[in-house]
Amino acid sequence: MIVAEQKPLEEIKQMVSHFDKVLVLGCGTCVTVCLAGGEKEVGVLASSLRMATKLDGKEVEFLEATVQRQCEYEYNEAVEDLLPQVDAVLSLACGIGVQTMNEQFPETLTLPGLNTSFLGMPTEQGVWEERCQACGNCVLGTTGGICPIARCAKSLLNGPCGGSQNGVCEVDPDTPCAWQLIFDRMSALGKLDLMMELEPMKDWKTSRDGGARKIVREDLRL
Amino acid sequence: MTETNGSNGMISGSNLEKVLRAGHFAATGELGPPTSANREVIEEKAQYLKGIVDSVNITDNQTAVVRMSSISVAVMLMELGIEPNIQMTARDRNRIAIQSDLLGAAALGVKNLLCLTGDHQTFGNHPMAKNVFDMDSIGMLMMVRDMCEKGVVQSGDEMDVPPHFFLGAAANPFADPFDFRPYRLAKKVKAGANFIQTQIIFNVPKFAEYMKRVGDLGLLDDVYVLAGVSPIKTSGAARYMATKVPGMDVPDEYVQRMVDAIKGIPKEERKARRAAWQEEGINICVEVIQQVREIPGVSGVHIMAIEWEEAVPTIAEKAGLLPRPVV
Repeated sequence: MIVAEQKPLEEIKQMVSHFDKVLVLGCGTCVTVCLAGGEKEVGVLASSLRMATKLDGKEVEFLEATVQRQCEYEYNEAVEDLLPQVDAVLSLACGIGVQTMNEQFPETLTLPGLNTSFLGMPTEQGVWEERCQACGNCVLGTTGGICPIARCAKSLLNGPCGGSQNGVCEVDPDTPCAWQLIFDRMSALGKLDLMMELEPMKDWKTSRDGGARKIVREDLRL
Repeated sequence: MTETNGSNGMISGSNLEKVLRAGHFAATGELGPPTSANREVIEEKAQYLKGIVDSVNITDNQTAVVRMSSISVAVMLMELGIEPNIQMTARDRNRIAIQSDLLGAAALGVKNLLCLTGDHQTFGNHPMAKNVFDMDSIGMLMMVRDMCEKGVVQSGDEMDVPPHFFLGAAANPFADPFDFRPYRLAKKVKAGANFIQTQIIFNVPKFAEYMKRVGDLGLLDDVYVLAGVSPIKTSGAARYMATKVPGMDVPDEYVQRMVDAIKGIPKEERKARRAAWQEEGINICVEVIQQVREIPGVSGVHIMAIEWEEAVPTIAEKAGLLPRPVV
């Protein structure tokens, strides 16, 4: 899932203070699950902003709504009628939702209330960790299901590096060394010989490095 | 030994290569470039190393701190009559820049190259920089070997004049997982490494165990291993290395010896304390050199006297490394 967190209140307040009436718009998918931008968070943030802008002496009016998924036009249509009533939208969706709203409704400025961080999973209550870099050419089949691109700080394909100590990455004592994890998994699976293979350097064209990506499925087009 | 493509059997014909192939116990040194455009300090440090070691490593933005580039300092050393070993990390440059820099290095006369992954930028003074790592050290070795042996760049395009480098890589016998380290060395050799320099060794028995496993894998016929050594400056430094530096194994006896070195010298007598520490630090370094020399497969030492280049002539003298062979 996409993992994001709310921008600091001060930063959000600065963004919305230019307007008189703002729609705080949540999203019911990823950001609901990571408790950053769902219906509940919309309610809490709207209240905080009402109070904060009032204290600043320039009260801003806030409307609240949440759509199923802000990255799809058909779901955003649900709030179309609210837009002429407001000066701007404060989106609590990930960066994709923010951009979709701006594309779909160009007459209304939609601002980002969150910092979209990574593709990851909840590892325990209240903790989310990065797992995928969307490199476009998945190598999980050769690394025991552990991603070296996302989870190794150096994205090594022939790890571990010399900084791996006690199963921990040299960058952060709280980060496990991805290649230690791969070594352990491959050993347990009896596939250590795969780690002896020389992996050539990656073709990064399928990743962000090749430019903004697009997938076209001709078989699905109308 | 590794396939050579020169008419005299040499890959690059460098001094280091000739010393090793002739069967001498090699000695390399290290120089850390300045964090400024200060050229003088290089000339100051270099004087301690000239004639004392066979060639000198020049680090590449070591620990991700911005320093004068390895290749530029290599040119300065060559002008001073010292053979350089340039270091190239994967952290800061993509394959285009790396190949470009290496073509220039070769054209300028550089013959020895170490291919390294590099410390992560969080260690340095620019943790906010974009992180490159287009490849790792093994990918780099494969790429450079193909440049030298097949005369092609990574895309496959041919070069009319290919570079010729004596290729080196690093090995950390004390990093984890310990069991995998000899296999990782095997990968580096398979990828094209002609010589290896290890991280600093203090735990000689553990290093001997590592070398035994390396030998069992049949690698010693294909690669020259130079053991990394370094003189300790103070007992504080010893304790720091023993406890805070990942990948370093410093036995208690050496920490204790450094502590004992200043016994009886009052705290105020700073000069005397420093001298006592330094003498013991150098003695320990010399002992390690003598001990690793006895381990089968160790072809030389890589002396890293970081910010203490003045110690290297003394270490080399006491360890019986002088005079250096002329090949």
